[in-house]
Amino acid sequence: MRDVKGELMRTLYLIAELDGQRIALDAAHIDSVVHVAHVTPVPLAPRHLLGLAALRSRVITVIDCRAALALDPVAAEAAVRTAVVIDVDGHQYGLVVDRVEDVREISAVPSPVRARLGAGWNRAAQGMIDDGDSSLLLLDPVRLIAGAPQAEAA
Amino acid sequence: MDDILAEFIAETRETLEALSGELVAWENDPADRERLDAMFRFVHTVKGSCGFLNLDRLERLSHAAEDALAQVRDGARPADRALVSAVLAIVDRIAELAEALDTGEAVHGSDDHLIAAVRADGGAIDPPAETQAHAQRGAARSIRISLDLLDRMMAGVSDLVLARNDLSRRLQDADLGIAVEGAFERLSLCVADMRDTITRTRMQRIEKLFASIPRLVRDLSAELGKPVDLGVEGGDVELDREMIELIRDPLTHIIRNALDHGIEAPEERARAGKAAQGRLRVTARQSGNQIIIEVSDDGRGIDPERLVARAVADGIISSDRAERLPHEARLALVFEPGLSTASTITALSGRGVGMDVVRANIERIGGVVDIASVMGRGVTLSLRMPLTLSIIPALVIGTGGHQFAIPRAAIREIVRENNAALAIERLAGTVIARLREERIPVVSLEAMLGVEPLPQSMPRSLVILNPAGGALYALSVAELHDHQELVIRPACPTIMAAGVYAGMTLPDTGLPMLLLDPAGIADMAGIAAAAGVDAVAAPAVVEEDGVSTLLFRDLDGAERGVRLSVIERIEDVAGDQIRFGAGRLRLAVEGRIIPLVGFDSLTDRAMVNVLRLNDGAVELAYAIEEVIDIVRLPNHVVQARNQGIVAGVALFEGRQIELLDPHWLFADAVGSIPAGGERPLCLFGDRDDAWTREVLRPLVEAAGYRVAFDGEASPDEAHIVIAGENSGAGATVPEGRLLRLRSDIAARDADPFSVYRYDRAGLMTALQAGRARREG
Repeated sequence: MRDVKGELMRTLYLIAELDGQRIALDAAHIDSVVHVAHVTPVPLAPRHLLGLAALRSRVITVIDCRAALALDPVAAEAAVRTAVVIDVDGHQYGLVVDRVEDVREISAVPSPVRARLGAGWNRAAQGMIDDGDSSLLLLDPVRLIAGAPQAEAA
Repeated sequence: MDDILAEFIAETRETLEALSGELVAWENDPADRERLDAMFRFVHTVKGSCGFLNLDRLERLSHAAEDALAQVRDGARPADRALVSAVLAIVDRIAELAEALDTGEAVHGSDDHLIAAVRADGGAIDPPAETQAHAQRGAARSIRISLDLLDRMMAGVSDLVLARNDLSRRLQDADLGIAVEGAFERLSLCVADMRDTITRTRMQRIEKLFASIPRLVRDLSAELGKPVDLGVEGGDVELDREMIELIRDPLTHIIRNALDHGIEAPEERARAGKAAQGRLRVTARQSGNQIIIEVSDDGRGIDPERLVARAVADGIISSDRAERLPHEARLALVFEPGLSTASTITALSGRGVGMDVVRANIERIGGVVDIASVMGRGVTLSLRMPLTLSIIPALVIGTGGHQFAIPRAAIREIVRENNAALAIERLAGTVIARLREERIPVVSLEAMLGVEPLPQSMPRSLVILNPAGGALYALSVAELHDHQELVIRPACPTIMAAGVYAGMTLPDTGLPMLLLDPAGIADMAGIAAAAGVDAVAAPAVVEEDGVSTLLFRDLDGAERGVRLSVIERIEDVAGDQIRFGAGRLRLAVEGRIIPLVGFDSLTDRAMVNVLRLNDGAVELAYAIEEVIDIVRLPNHVVQARNQGIVAGVALFEGRQIELLDPHWLFADAVGSIPAGGERPLCLFGDRDDAWTREVLRPLVEAAGYRVAFDGEASPDEAHIVIAGENSGAGATVPEGRLLRLRSDIAARDADPFSVYRYDRAGLMTALQAGRARREG
């Protein structure tokens, strides 16, 4: 599904929406997209770490991407959240996004972001992908998980 | 050597399996460089191992093949079909020989034609009949599995356990009837069984770790010029293999320290009157679901005073605090990070650098390190570790709407805040619990985690934690839930960075839960490891000769006492941990079943307060209503009339307190109350004497005798006959078995075999001698 030899690099991306912005995540490390109902909060954890959720018999760490991008966090009372489950260094995380739009191959090479983004976006953005008539912001899940530095988050 | 051989056979077999496909492919295309290389590596490896293992025959074969293949690789020889056949014939023979090594059978036939065939000059190969005869190979009773696969299996089983738990929860909600429940029960049993089996596949004998100790000790001993007598015991104890790897370094470190700083040079030992050879003992044993590894030396020991002086000098603790530290806490200073870097401490304390690292390593795997030292006599370090890394027994607690698990290994005891033996003091913003003779700092879990406490109807509980030598503190929690065996997984780095969590788990509820890290909480709360315990200053007037006794209200309402020394701890257990089974009440705790004594059926209670008694060999639990106090009771105890749970009655503040008989309790627990017939017989001469009946008899019975009166048994059967001065009984009793009691204290000269009737010690000695005769 990835890097078909000899042809233009085609990469599978997951396309989602966050705060009105269309974003892309490299699908290579994405396990699944799930709906998370109950989240066990983790006291003393950074603000963007919503807590722990059960995914089948596993436990995933739920990350609030809005908080990680220094946007308004998701409504606390939201009953069910959509999370993109991703594997980083042997740990599974659920990245909460507003909406998952699609998963598809895009044969464009990410280009550097030339515009000036908001601080949070700037930290997590890996580049821009040209998707026909609009641009997608490619986000780095590792930076989303790392979250905003404490000073900004506070 | 056998191990190495087995390893070689297994490895050869494994490589051959991997090569089998290559062999065929190579046959089709002898010029394929990659396959040629693979073949070359194989014979090369076999040759190397054979040389080492003295397997001449295999070595000759592999050597010949290696030579031939080397020539092909160098381009000196074409890879023709003849060569390939010759090499393959050799590989087949190697396989046969390796199998034969395993089964101990011989492989007949000469190898010369095989070797000749592969030589450069070539030559016809006559395929000998026996090469084809792949007779019944010895059935392999073990196979090699990659550790990765084993880990995945373990993870799979952990998932299975969690899935079962999840299902269990859903079934409870659904109520699907008995058939489904029965099927589920069977499934649960299978899952549990499988988990055990898989867990066992990961177990390794600790021998693997201990095997390197003799060499280490020999080398160090030579280097330091200190002869050491090493004793290693308990190599057959099994431990999770990952665990073994994780304790390798700490253990090496401890041994190195013991030799380097603990055991003295021979001259110094001679001056101290010790044998020139130092003694080092390394032992492992399993206790419940913990493994205890002890390293003890007979060296100079650690001087706690100097340790304290150093710690004060280094600013680790304040001098007034240091003053109040009890012995153990002073010793535990050796684990303080700041302290151990000072190189001078090595010579001073007898222990050195890096003990903080040892402790940190052991704690990271859920273990605890304890230290004991006697000046001039040596040091014992005990490592207590859970059996496996991934499944640990834990207590689930609730606070501020959250639930957390606490590893059982770190819990010393649990007390309710309304416990009479507990006093809570507030000192300049901190809270101190005063329990028995200790002052224990209290950490409120809500405050610690920054969560809102919820309104509380039940009294809060203090979970007294002892994560490492000395760092004793109490965690104040709102609710106690239950004990569970939890499959713990590491939490993600961001969560671990909070410093108070040790991992995460998915319990039966299906809601993820975090495992608290007792040591991390202590750090976070600013509880210094060694300064944790401040002994309450001993009262100025100590009642002499008293026995420290725990007073409690029993389930039947009576006030009873038991010697403090036999109590291991006091804790709350859930009612459903208690069952009446196989003839008695039993308590399931920490993965074991221990006998429980209680004046009530107990199972209908949600929580039961129990005393955990331990005499070193036997464990039992005694259910009580509540703890009243710890007091010193006078030695004077009125003996009970009959042997039983109550040894006697003592007077305390005008109240009569029944004292439990620990001996009887433990004997009952092991089910070995000596039956009447087995006990030695004591024959009394005077049936009508009230003193004999009421005073002497209980004493004799307490000494383990059964009692008969004159006429009920013949003096010949009796192991001892006790008669009064004027009694006619005993006239026919052989000397030495007769004990005469006299009422005149000074009249011994008249009858050397008599004892003054209130000479308790004399009586006991005589009774003891009677028993000894019987046993001898």
